[in-house]
Amino acid sequence: MTLVIKQEKPKSTFSKIVEIISTMASRPSGLIGLIILVFHVTLAITSPLYAPHDYKAIDPSLMLQAPSSEYWFGTDSLGRDVFTRTILGGRTALTVTFFGSLIALLWGGALGIFCGLVGGKIDDVVMRIIDAFLSIPWILAMLLIVSLLGTSTIVLIPALGFFYGKGIVRVARAATHDVIAKDFIVSARARGHGNFSIIWNEILPNVRDAIMVEGAMRWSWMLLGFSSLSFLGFGVSPPTPDWGLMISNARGLMSFAYWAVLAPIFGLSSLIIGINLTADAFAKALGIDRSTKAPV
Amino acid sequence: MQQVVQEIKNLSIGFTSKKGEQISILKNISTTINKGETVGIVGESGSGKSTLALAMMGYVKHGLFTISGECIYQSNDILKMKNRELENIRGRKIAMIPQNAGQSLTPNLKIGYQIDEALRLHTNFQKEDRDVKISELLNKVRLPSPETIAKRYPHELSGGQQQRVAVAMALAGSPDLLLLDEPTTGLDVTTQAHVLELLNFIAKDTGTSMVYVSHDLGAIAQVSDRVIVMYSGEIVLDGPVRTILKNPIHPYTYGLLKSIPKLTLSGLPNSMSGSQPQPGTIKEGCSFYDRCEFAEDKCKINSPELEFVSELNTSVRCFNHKKLHKKKDEDTKSSKKVLRKLTKNEILDISSVSISYAKQKFIEQLLNKIDDTNPTVKDINIKIDKGETLALVGESGSGKSTILKSIAGLIKAKDGIIKFDKNKILSNDLKKRDANYLRAIQLIFQNPDESLNPNHTVEEIVSQPLKLYFGLSGNELKQKIIEVLKKVRLGEFYLTRYPRQLSGGEKQRVAVARAFAAKPDIILCDEVTSALDVSVQAAVLNLLQELKVDFGTTYIFVSHDLAVVKAISDRVAVLYQGRLCEIGPSESVYKFPSHPYTEVLLGAVLEPDPDIKPKLVAEDIVEEKPPEKGCSFQGRCPRLLGQICKTDVPPWQIDENGNAIRCHIKINDLKNQQISN
Amino acid sequence: MLILVLKRILLGLITLFIVSLITFVGVEVLPGDACTTYLEREAYGAALEACYKRLGLDIPAYERYVSWAIGVIQGDFGYSLSGEMKINDVLGPRVKNSLVLASASILIGIPIALLLGIITALWRDKMPDIIISTFTIFSMTIPEFISATLLILIVAIWLEWLPGIVIVPTGASVSELLPNIILPVIAISMIMTAHMARMVRSSVIQVMASDYVQMAILKGVPYWKMVFKHVLPNALLPAINVVALTIAWLLGGVVVTEVVFNYPGLGRLVIESISNRDLPVVQALAIILASIYVIINLIADLLTLMLNPRLKSLQIKK
Repeated sequence: MTLVIKQEKPKSTFSKIVEIISTMASRPSGLIGLIILVFHVTLAITSPLYAPHDYKAIDPSLMLQAPSSEYWFGTDSLGRDVFTRTILGGRTALTVTFFGSLIALLWGGALGIFCGLVGGKIDDVVMRIIDAFLSIPWILAMLLIVSLLGTSTIVLIPALGFFYGKGIVRVARAATHDVIAKDFIVSARARGHGNFSIIWNEILPNVRDAIMVEGAMRWSWMLLGFSSLSFLGFGVSPPTPDWGLMISNARGLMSFAYWAVLAPIFGLSSLIIGINLTADAFAKALGIDRSTKAPV
Repeated sequence: MQQVVQEIKNLSIGFTSKKGEQISILKNISTTINKGETVGIVGESGSGKSTLALAMMGYVKHGLFTISGECIYQSNDILKMKNRELENIRGRKIAMIPQNAGQSLTPNLKIGYQIDEALRLHTNFQKEDRDVKISELLNKVRLPSPETIAKRYPHELSGGQQQRVAVAMALAGSPDLLLLDEPTTGLDVTTQAHVLELLNFIAKDTGTSMVYVSHDLGAIAQVSDRVIVMYSGEIVLDGPVRTILKNPIHPYTYGLLKSIPKLTLSGLPNSMSGSQPQPGTIKEGCSFYDRCEFAEDKCKINSPELEFVSELNTSVRCFNHKKLHKKKDEDTKSSKKVLRKLTKNEILDISSVSISYAKQKFIEQLLNKIDDTNPTVKDINIKIDKGETLALVGESGSGKSTILKSIAGLIKAKDGIIKFDKNKILSNDLKKRDANYLRAIQLIFQNPDESLNPNHTVEEIVSQPLKLYFGLSGNELKQKIIEVLKKVRLGEFYLTRYPRQLSGGEKQRVAVARAFAAKPDIILCDEVTSALDVSVQAAVLNLLQELKVDFGTTYIFVSHDLAVVKAISDRVAVLYQGRLCEIGPSESVYKFPSHPYTEVLLGAVLEPDPDIKPKLVAEDIVEEKPPEKGCSFQGRCPRLLGQICKTDVPPWQIDENGNAIRCHIKINDLKNQQISN
Repeated sequence: MLILVLKRILLGLITLFIVSLITFVGVEVLPGDACTTYLEREAYGAALEACYKRLGLDIPAYERYVSWAIGVIQGDFGYSLSGEMKINDVLGPRVKNSLVLASASILIGIPIALLLGIITALWRDKMPDIIISTFTIFSMTIPEFISATLLILIVAIWLEWLPGIVIVPTGASVSELLPNIILPVIAISMIMTAHMARMVRSSVIQVMASDYVQMAILKGVPYWKMVFKHVLPNALLPAINVVALTIAWLLGGVVVTEVVFNYPGLGRLVIESISNRDLPVVQALAIILASIYVIINLIADLLTLMLNPRLKSLQIKK
C-alpha cells in the first residue's frame, strides 16, 4: 500500500508551549492580552528597583497635589506619591491571586476528577455540599473568614483558593464525565489497568486543557474578588500600596483629586482585562469555547 | 428529449485554508437531473456528495463558497438567488430529506406543527384542509395512527418513524425534485429496506425526480435509474445503474465493487489499498492515481477529463477505461478464499448467561426480592472453539454488544457462568479476574476515534498492553512495538503520530495492533468495520483474517452487517431482543435461514445489484422490551403459529447441517414454507 | 412531573440545611467565640458571662444549633450583639431595599442581555457583533466598585446629572428609593448583563449550527420565523440555568455596590456586622442570601422543566 509520509514531527513540551503562545499571539486580542500581562508581571517584579518616591512617606504639606513633573500622577490625601504607589500597587494582588488560583486549580481539579470518576452516591453528596458552599455569596464567606482570621497573605491565599476552586470542581467533573464514557477508557479498564494508571494516563491528558483554561479564568475573577475585598478594607493592610485600597481611600475626595482614583483604577482594570484576554486566547488556542461557562 | 429539472454547470465549491489557499471540495461538476428520474450519487465520506446535494438547493454551508459554476433551475441560477426567492423554491419546488431525521426535526415543536408549517408556507390550503392533508401525508409514509403521531414531539418517535416524518414533510409542498442525503444510514437493516421501498413507491406515485446521496451501493442499487460516482470532489463515472454496477469502467468503481462484501459471495472481498486523499493535497494528475491498479505515467501528470462513451451511455473520467470494458460481471465477483484452521478445542463456554440493565431499588435489595424476571439478555448458551470466528448478529437492541462486554467483564452478568479454556471460570467482576485472563481476552471497538486516546502517540497506545502484561521497557519495548505495527502494515514512522494525524483505516489498524500486542487467545470485535469507508473496510477485514491465520486467535465478531459477517465468520449466532434465535455454521445459516427472524433479516439485506430486490416479510415495528413470556420474536413473526408462541419459550431444534433454532414450528416445515413462498 | 418538582424543592431545602450547618460550624470552629471577639479587651468576668448567657453560649453547641434552627424556621433570627435589637427588625427594611435594587437590575439586565446576545449571534463576526462583544468583554471584567466609582466621578461629579450618593433613610418607601437607584442599578447590571449576553450568544450560535435549523432553512422557512420558532426556544432553554447562576453571583456585587453608593441595604449591614463582629447577624445574613440563591435556582429549574418538551413528555407517559 502507498504510504503518504506526513510532515508532522513529534513535539517536545517546550515546543508545544511555544506553539500555544504563538497561536494566542496570532489574534490581536490575544496579543494585547499577553503584552499587558507580561508588562504587569515585569512591573510587579521590578518596580521596587525604580520607584521614584517612598510609598509610605507621609507629608501633609504635599496633600492632593495635581500631577506634575515631580509627581507624575499627583499625590494623595496624605501627600504620598500616587505614581509610586500605583506601580507598586499590583504586587500583593498578583502574588495572592496567582498562588490562590494555583491552589484552586489543584484541589478543584483533583476533587472534580475524583467525583467524575466515582460517580454515583459519593458524587451526589460531594456535589450537594459544593452547591451549598456555592450558595453562600463569596463575599460574605470571605469577609467572615478574614474578619476572624485576619488579612495576612497566609489566610488570604488558601481562603481565596478554596472559594474559587468550586467552579473548577464542576468543570473538571464534567470533563471527566465526558471522557470516561469514551471507549479508550473502557478499553483500558478491560485490559485491567488500575485506577491510578487510568487517571494519570487516560483521563488527565484529556481534561488537563479544560482545567487549565478554567484556572486561568478563575485568576481574573479572583483578582476581581481580591480587589473588592481590599476596597472594602478587608484585603491588604495599610500602608502597603494596593489598588483596591487606594481607590477606596481616594474615593471620598475624588471631586478634588480625581487623579488619585484614576491611576489605581487604570492599573487594576488593565491587569484584569489583560488576564481576561489572555485566558480567552488561551482557551481558543486549546480549542475550548469559554463563553459558555457560567461565572460561578 | 427529456425534460430537465436541474442542470449543474461546471460547479466548484471550496473553502479558504488557514494558509490562505483556495481548496476545492467540488471540482467542475456538470450533470443534469431529468424529470421523473432517480439519480444516485455515491461516494465515500469526503467525496463532496452532500455538498453537491445542498448546492442543488442553493445552500452552501458556513465557511464554504461557490468558486465557479451554476445550478440552473427553471432557467435561473439557484446559487445566485436572494433569500426571498429561495424561500419560494425550497420546500415547494425542491425539498430535502436529511440524513439524520432525529436531529433534523426541531425538538421543541410537535410533528403536526412542523408538517403544518411546510403546508402553510407552500400551499394555499385553509386550516381544516391542512389538518386533513397532514393525516394524508402521514398515512402516505405509512405511519400508524396519524392523529397521535401529529401530537408527538420528535424525540418520542423511533428512528424509522422520524425518517418517515421527514419524508412526509418533504412531500408537503409537492416538490418537483426530492434530494435525499443518506436517508437510511443509521437505521436498522429491516427498517432501511422498508424506507427504501416507501421511497420507490413515492417516486412512482408522484413522478417526482429524486437525487439519492449515499455511501451505500446497496441502497443506491435499489432506488436509482442512473448513478453518479464521486471521488475526491469529482464525478468519475455517470451512467445507467446497471452499467455502473455491473460493468464499471472506472478503476475506482471497479475496485469499490470488488471490495464490498456480498451475500452472493463466499469468503472475503478483495481489498483496495490506500484511502481517499484529503482535499487540496492533489495538485496535478488524476486524484485516484495513488490507488489505481491501471495507472500509467501520464495519469500522474495529466488529469483526465470526463469522457462520454456512447455505446455504454456513460461518462467516465479515466484515460484507461477501455481496459475495463471487457472485464465483465464475473470478474467483480472474484474473491479470496478464506483459510480455515479449525480445531475441536473449546476455548470459551458461555452457559445460561443473563444480563440485566434494570437497577435494583434500594428497598428491593433490602427485602431481597427476586429481581427482574425479564432481563435484557437471557439464557445465552454458546461454546466457542479455538481458532474459530463466531459472529453475533442482530439489529440494535439485540444485546449483541452487551454479551461482548460481559465476556470482557465490563458488564456483570446477572446469572450464568463463562468458562475460559475448558474449566477456568471467569469472574463476572473485572477486578477479580486474573491478569492472565485479562490478557487472554482483548477488545477492538467500533470507532477508533473513541477507542484511541487522542493525547497519546501510536507508540504510547501500543506500548500499554506490552508494559502492563509483559513488563517490557526501553529498547526491548520499542522493538516489540515496531514488530507489532509491522504486523498490521504500519511502518516505524507511525510511532510518533497522534491518532488525529491518521486516516480512519490507519487508526483501526493501530487499535488492532494494540489488541494483538497482548498476545490474546480471544479477540472481541465490536462492529469494527462499521465506522470505516467501504474501500477501507475490506482491507481491515483481510488484515484480521491474516492475523487470525498467523496467530490462531479466536474472534467473537459483533456486527449488524450481514454481508460482512458472512465474509468473515465460521459460525453465526442470530439474536433478537437479547435472546438467541438461531446458531449454526455460517454457510448453512446463510444458505438455509431456518428461523423466521433470520429469514426476515437476510431478506432485508441490500445487495449492490439492481436486479436483486430485498424481500420484506415482516413489519419493522420497534419493540422496546422483550416480551415477558413466550418467543422473543412473537411481535413481528410472519409465521406466528398461535397462542403457544405467546406463552411458551420455544424449544431448540437442530437440523442435519448443524443449524440450531428456537422455534415452535418444526424446522423442516419452516424450510418447506420458505421454499413454497 | 410533580415528583420531579418536589424532588427539586427537597434538594433546595437540603442545600439550605447544609448552609446553616456550614455557617454554624464555621463560626464555631474559627478561633474566638462571638463574645470574646465582640467584647475584645473587656472579655472577662461578669461582662463575658452576661454575654454568654444572653447568647446562650453556656449550653452545648448542638443544643444551641437546634434552638437556633427552630427559631430560623419560625422566622426568628434571635438578637444581634451590638444594638441588643431583634435581628428581624434590623434586617426587615434592609432586605426590602436590597431586593428593590437587585430586582431592578435583573429586570433591566435580562432583556438587554437577551437582546445583545441574540443580535451578536445573528450578526456573528459582523460589525454589530464585534462592537457589542468588545463592549461586553470590558464590562464583564471591570469590578463593580470601579464602574460604580467611575459612574459617580463622571455622571455625578463632572456632569452633575444625578446624585452620587444615595441619601435616603433605611425605612424609605420604594417610591422614595427609585430615583436614587439609577446609578447603582447600572453599576450592578453591567457585569451580569455582559455575562448573560455572551452566554446567550454562544447558545444561539450553537443552535444555528444544528441540523434542524439547516432543515428549517431548506424547508423554506423565512429567516425571522425560523429565528423565533426554531432557534430561540431551543437556545434559551439551556441558558435559563446559567442566567440563574449569574443572578446569584450578582448578590456579591450588590454588597460592594451598596457600599460605594452608601445605599441602605444588606450590603452595608454585611460590612457593619462583620466589622463589629456581630456573628448572629452574619449567620442570619448567610441564611437569607443563601435562600435567595436557592430560590432563584429553583425557579430556573422549574422553568426549564416546564418548557422542555422532553421532560414534559415524561408526564404524558406516566
